[in-house]
Amino acid sequence: MGETKGYNDRLEEKLATIYSGGHAKYHEKMKEQNKLFVRDRLALLFDNGEYIEDGRFANVEAGDLPADGVVTATGKVNGQTVCVMANDSTVKAGSWGSRTVEKIIRIQEIAEKNRVPMLYLVDSAGARITDQLDMFPNRRGAGRIFHNQVRLSGFIPQVCLLFGPSAAGGAYIPAFCDVVFMVEGNASMYLGSPRMAEKVIGEKVTLEEMGGARMHCTVSGVGDVLVSTEEEAISEAKRYLSFFPANYTEKPKQVEPKAIKEGRTLEEIIPENQNAPFNMYEAIDALIDEGTFFDVKKLFAPELITGLARIDGRAVGIIANQPKVKGGVLFVDSADKATKFISLCDAFSIPLLFLADVPGFMIGTKVERAGIIRHGAKLIAAMSSATVPKISVIVRKAYGAGLYAMAGPAFEPDVCIALPTAQIAVMGPEAAVNAVYSNKIEAIEDPKERLKFVQEKHAEYKEEIDIYKLASEMIIDEIVAPSELRSELANRLRFYEDKQIVNAPRKHPVLPV
Amino acid sequence: MKNLESNMAGTVFTVNVAVGEEVSAGQVVMVLESMKMEIPMEAETAGKIATINANEGDFVNEGDVLVTFE
Repeated sequence: MGETKGYNDRLEEKLATIYSGGHAKYHEKMKEQNKLFVRDRLALLFDNGEYIEDGRFANVEAGDLPADGVVTATGKVNGQTVCVMANDSTVKAGSWGSRTVEKIIRIQEIAEKNRVPMLYLVDSAGARITDQLDMFPNRRGAGRIFHNQVRLSGFIPQVCLLFGPSAAGGAYIPAFCDVVFMVEGNASMYLGSPRMAEKVIGEKVTLEEMGGARMHCTVSGVGDVLVSTEEEAISEAKRYLSFFPANYTEKPKQVEPKAIKEGRTLEEIIPENQNAPFNMYEAIDALIDEGTFFDVKKLFAPELITGLARIDGRAVGIIANQPKVKGGVLFVDSADKATKFISLCDAFSIPLLFLADVPGFMIGTKVERAGIIRHGAKLIAAMSSATVPKISVIVRKAYGAGLYAMAGPAFEPDVCIALPTAQIAVMGPEAAVNAVYSNKIEAIEDPKERLKFVQEKHAEYKEEIDIYKLASEMIIDEIVAPSELRSELANRLRFYEDKQIVNAPRKHPVLPV
Repeated sequence: MKNLESNMAGTVFTVNVAVGEEVSAGQVVMVLESMKMEIPMEAETAGKIATINANEGDFVNEGDVLVTFE
């Protein structure tokens, strides 16, 4: 009896050390930074704060490395089982030793076997240089974490919540996730620290400028969702996960439908003048269940909107041009943004809705040098190879390769719907008349005659691309009144639910990146 | 307050403010024309216009300062 008590005391003592994390001064530091202790993060994340844990005693013999700086856990989020790795930055700044890495690899393996989402709660200074031979180059070293992430990509959802640094090699954990939430002011990603940059390349820069959350969510595009607190990161990650099935073999869950947000109608929102700006977010609100929009990469390449939403309770991925920003023209970054989003939705059976109002891809030396052709090709390839239901709506105009990028008729959308005001053409009337008749226009000396000629040609061109002519030729499948668009989309999403496409066998396409 | 810079290459279509004018956040200060589209350029925060650096019809490059604030 007494002996048993002795065993228990020893266990209790060890567990108390493990659960308390690192030294009190590091807990204090976290509080000052508005950061939560790793176990408080997990309590917030999991339903009822309940989870099971593996490898609690990792490196227990070291004495000062509780759980070896990472908690690996399995529990429920929104009623769905998920696996989690969460760095403890009170333990050697959340750095990775050999057992840290082994724990992360094992929880990935558990997620794979159980076919459930894998969450990475990252707050880590990177590798422990002193332990490098045990954790860096070997078969089950840090590289295996990334290898597993790549293997699991598209098999199960992988989500990163970045609460602190993700340094050097560690920065690849977020990079290989489907989505990255970053807490402004605390989260950062960089391959080399500002100190290293100053020493090696002579650059003087702050951490925020080089790898801060805002920079990554607005400029580099490595971050997807910028949040102001850890609590917000966790609640938004839960909302994000609610759109996804547990793995690629399942379908997204349906929820109770909601009405649209009260506001202006599509007729009121969309201006008659093809060149005038309007706010596409307002148009989206007029189509989706109120309050369901989840913006992905909101601050990055805002000329294109990508987000998850629900129509009549069904999950849908929306790709919409934003005419209010840069005219809705497609750029290198917007192409990248759409490519990743399409690939994400397609992997997890979320139907795609394209809302096109696009003058085309940007032209000029700057974008050509940046490789807009290959970036555009990448977007078109992703859209073209997606096998989920694809609905293409020409809201106002789709010119040039913009039509192709937004799932135009040639790319086998399940339907291409036009609103009655839509225009589809190689280019707009002004540009087209200029391109075809510029010599003739210049040769007309009388300004009145010249104007008359141009106006006649504009009218002819508009007739040529009249939307009823395109419907008559069966180029587009349907013309729908703006007031009917939501119910049309809801019906089609319902009917396309069991769509299946079987592609001819091959290993994989050659990516045009 | 941050200067307002052009976010793409284009031509100044309209200038909607005057020097000395107080503008609110999100107010359209200038409209550019690019790729045949009207591109509204909005003030990021409220402020008073100090200088207007481009006139109607001027060509501007991405990153050019359109308006400075006091």
